[in-house]
Amino acid sequence: MFEIVAKKQLSNQIWQLDIHAPLVAAKARPGQFVVVRAHDKGERIPLSISDFDSQAGHITLVVQAIGHSTTDLVSLEVGEKAADLLGPLGTPAEIDNFGTVVCVAGGVATAIIYPEARAFQQAGNKVITLLGARSADLFFYEDELRQCSDEVRYATEDGSRGKQGFVTELLQELIDAGEQIDRVVAIGPVPMMRAVCELTRPYQIKTVVSLNPIMVDGTGMCGACRVEVGGETRFCCTDGPEFDGHLVDFAALQNRSRQYQNLEEKIPHHHSNGGCAGQCQQ
Amino acid sequence: MSAVRRALSAQTGRAIMPTQDPNQRIHNFAEVNLGLTAEQAQREAGRCLQCKNPLCVQGCPVNVDIPGFLHWGAQGQWEGALEVILETNLFPGICGRVCPQEHQCEGRCILGRKGEPIAIGSLERFAADSGAQDSFFLDKSTLAGETGDGEKVAVIGSGPASMAAAAELARLGYRVEMFEALHETGGVLSYGIPEFRLPKSIVAREFANLAELGVKVHTNVLFGRTLDLEDLWAQDFKAVFVGAGAGLPRFLGIEGENLNGVFSANEFLTRVNLMGAHQFPEYETPITMGKKVVVVGGGNTAMDAARTARRLGAKVTVVYRRSLEEMPARAEEVRHAQEEGIHFTIRSNPVKVLGRDGWVSGVCCQRMELGDAGPDGRRRVTAVPDSFFDLPADTFIVAIGQSPNPILRQGLPELKFTDRGVIAVDDNYATSIPGVFAAGDITTGGATVISAMGGGRGAAQSIHRYLQGK
Ligand SMILES: Cc1cc2nc3c(=O)[nH]c(=O)nc-3n(C[C@H](O)[C@H](O)[C@H](O)COP(=O)(O)OP(=O)(O)OC[C@H]3O[C@@H](n4cnc5c(N)ncnc54)[C@H](O)[C@@H]3O)c2cc1C
Ligand SMILES: Cc1cc2nc3c(=O)[nH]c(=O)nc-3n(C[C@H](O)[C@H](O)[C@H](O)COP(=O)(O)OP(=O)(O)OC[C@H]3O[C@@H](n4cnc5c(N)ncnc54)[C@H](O)[C@@H]3O)c2cc1C
Ligand code: SF4
Ligand code: FES
Repeated sequence: MFEIVAKKQLSNQIWQLDIHAPLVAAKARPGQFVVVRAHDKGERIPLSISDFDSQAGHITLVVQAIGHSTTDLVSLEVGEKAADLLGPLGTPAEIDNFGTVVCVAGGVATAIIYPEARAFQQAGNKVITLLGARSADLFFYEDELRQCSDEVRYATEDGSRGKQGFVTELLQELIDAGEQIDRVVAIGPVPMMRAVCELTRPYQIKTVVSLNPIMVDGTGMCGACRVEVGGETRFCCTDGPEFDGHLVDFAALQNRSRQYQNLEEKIPHHHSNGGCAGQCQQ
Repeated sequence: MSAVRRALSAQTGRAIMPTQDPNQRIHNFAEVNLGLTAEQAQREAGRCLQCKNPLCVQGCPVNVDIPGFLHWGAQGQWEGALEVILETNLFPGICGRVCPQEHQCEGRCILGRKGEPIAIGSLERFAADSGAQDSFFLDKSTLAGETGDGEKVAVIGSGPASMAAAAELARLGYRVEMFEALHETGGVLSYGIPEFRLPKSIVAREFANLAELGVKVHTNVLFGRTLDLEDLWAQDFKAVFVGAGAGLPRFLGIEGENLNGVFSANEFLTRVNLMGAHQFPEYETPITMGKKVVVVGGGNTAMDAARTARRLGAKVTVVYRRSLEEMPARAEEVRHAQEEGIHFTIRSNPVKVLGRDGWVSGVCCQRMELGDAGPDGRRRVTAVPDSFFDLPADTFIVAIGQSPNPILRQGLPELKFTDRGVIAVDDNYATSIPGVFAAGDITTGGATVISAMGGGRGAAQSIHRYLQGK
């Protein structure tokens, strides 16, 4: 179990791993995640299920190697095994025929939004996908997303593809063009999700975000993943990871994500090199 | 303890377990209690009056035949003693270490009226450890007359309730498969109770015994998400035991509780016990621990968190609403905590977590007053107006109890729960779903290891009757 059956590098920092996990593959739904431990002394880290094949018994994870645990995981070779993998965790995304759904993603989240975009399309929605990255060579999953979207638009910080700027500007353009938007799903770095929510709030467009706090067990036992939503404390691993973005306290989320920043630098062979394709600094 | 008192108690009074020196043990995670010597144990067992109507047995939730095992012990026959214990308690190595004996067997011992009760817990531990290789399989044929028909029974969770249920079902002849959400087995025994109180090797020994009985263990399976009831029936399981525990940490609901440096005791203890955060960076899970730690609560969980923080080098203060005597923690743990230099601020309650730059900087508390006893026999506590005071802190650990985990509720919508959020069961541990039984903290709320084990065992017997009657 948990053998790496395929591995592919999608960009400089981002890897795609197919892992043998038949029980998880059989139950997985869009929006859910797993908790993985690469090896015996490793940390339990949450990762979204980017795709699943219940026939083959495989799930697909797309991992951005930003720290020691993610680096350990992507350094497993085909045929090697992750020590542990638990899932599917979290509440599945709410999929329905809403009308027009805009999927907004940045960086590694492109892979996370893919199963949702596909499910939205299958449910009969018009799907518009907006992707952001630092530069053109950082995009991946383009064919997949084009297949399940009515339209895909790009934004890059250096202008090498699509609009020069952030994905939020693409969303603003859509709204300004009078597109009737029934729901926005935004997944990516916290500052990006926050900016999307600030943008849609005055238009009262329902906006769902997928939160990524630090987790330990992923089963509701430790409370590490607690987030403030609508003034209440919720456990992201069991109540989420998706919440109504207009109710999320993003400042608190961002603060809690830096709890272990100093300590993580102490781990030997630390390969961290900058994080979320630069989007963290937005 | 002075040499004189030690010698005296060895002669006349109760045997006192040798412990690691407090100044030394705050620097390590090795077991604090070192175990009685053979000589101490035999003499202590010999102090028992062999009462005709032994009150100690009534005080024990599973009614271990205490005079029976002490009778063997008094003759130095510990294998015989162990055999007697195993008739009712399958895991004496664990219970001898963690049961609140002062409220149970020892609290009732007749010798306690005038002098000191028999050190039943220490002797139970001694019996278990001296027979460690064989453990409860001394006599594998205990239940040989009763062979279940090799049918499959699923056990959800791997805490004490599930361990006891699995052992009993296996001994009754069922094929048992255990499904645990975490990557390690043992429930609270592994992720909650620290090594210095219950070495992991003791828990591992019991799981090795379970494996020998044919129990198959699957870790990394969250029932309700990875597998559901339909799957189990489809895989030909004939009955299901649920021992999912009360894992959801409670918080105080006060301002500042989501600041960095505020942990539930579960998170704090899990990071250290399960993930090895005290050996960071060799183990990759970090823990941010300050120099000044405040823990709120008075149960075993609070003591474990406080003593763990102490071992990570902090100055620790425990804040508790009532008096020291009213703490629900085992008396020995409170004493050991005091010896380890942990400070207690009693009759106080946190009202606000103070912060600076998103991190904890202190805890504002209020004094509490104890009034008359309420219907449950415990004295009521009320806040004293205008009695606020601040404790400086860079880490704040909340250890005020646990509620049942909500995932089962989501996974089994047809399962009936009580108003208190625990699974509703009848006298036979049967739930509202035919073939599904439950026991332990998931049916009682946070309780004790021995009550969970007693429940697990009782439920196994009910499952046996259910499957035989079918
Ligand atoms: C529900 C959920 C789904 C996720 N899905 C994916 C995914 O599909 N692909 C992917 O690459 N990542 C995903 N993440 C983020 C991933 O879990 C973290 O990147 C990972 O835990 C970092 O571990 P590390 O040891 O490699 O880095 P660390 O060395 O632990 O951390 C590096 C930096 O990342 C920050 N960080 C730590 N944990 C998290 C976290 N949980 N989320 C965000 N930042 C964190 C740290 O503060 C630090 O600044 C997801 C997180 C959650 C909660
Ligand atoms: C820190 C701490 C110290 C304690 N100290 C003592 C003490 O000294 N003496 C004493 O008598 N009692 C003590 N207790 C209480 C005692 O540990 C519990 O009463 C006892 O462990 C309950 O046993 P259980 O089997 O019901 O549940 P647990 O021990 O909680 O085990 C439940 C198991 O089920 C798993 N699980 C949960 N949901 C699922 C699911 N859906 N699918 C699969 N697996 C699942 C969990 O991961 C866990 O491993 C302490 C508790 C804590 C937290
Ligand atoms: S009550 Fe005390 S003295 Fe009497 S049988 Fe029990 S342990 Fe022995
Ligand atoms: S990760 Fe532990 S409660 Fe959510």
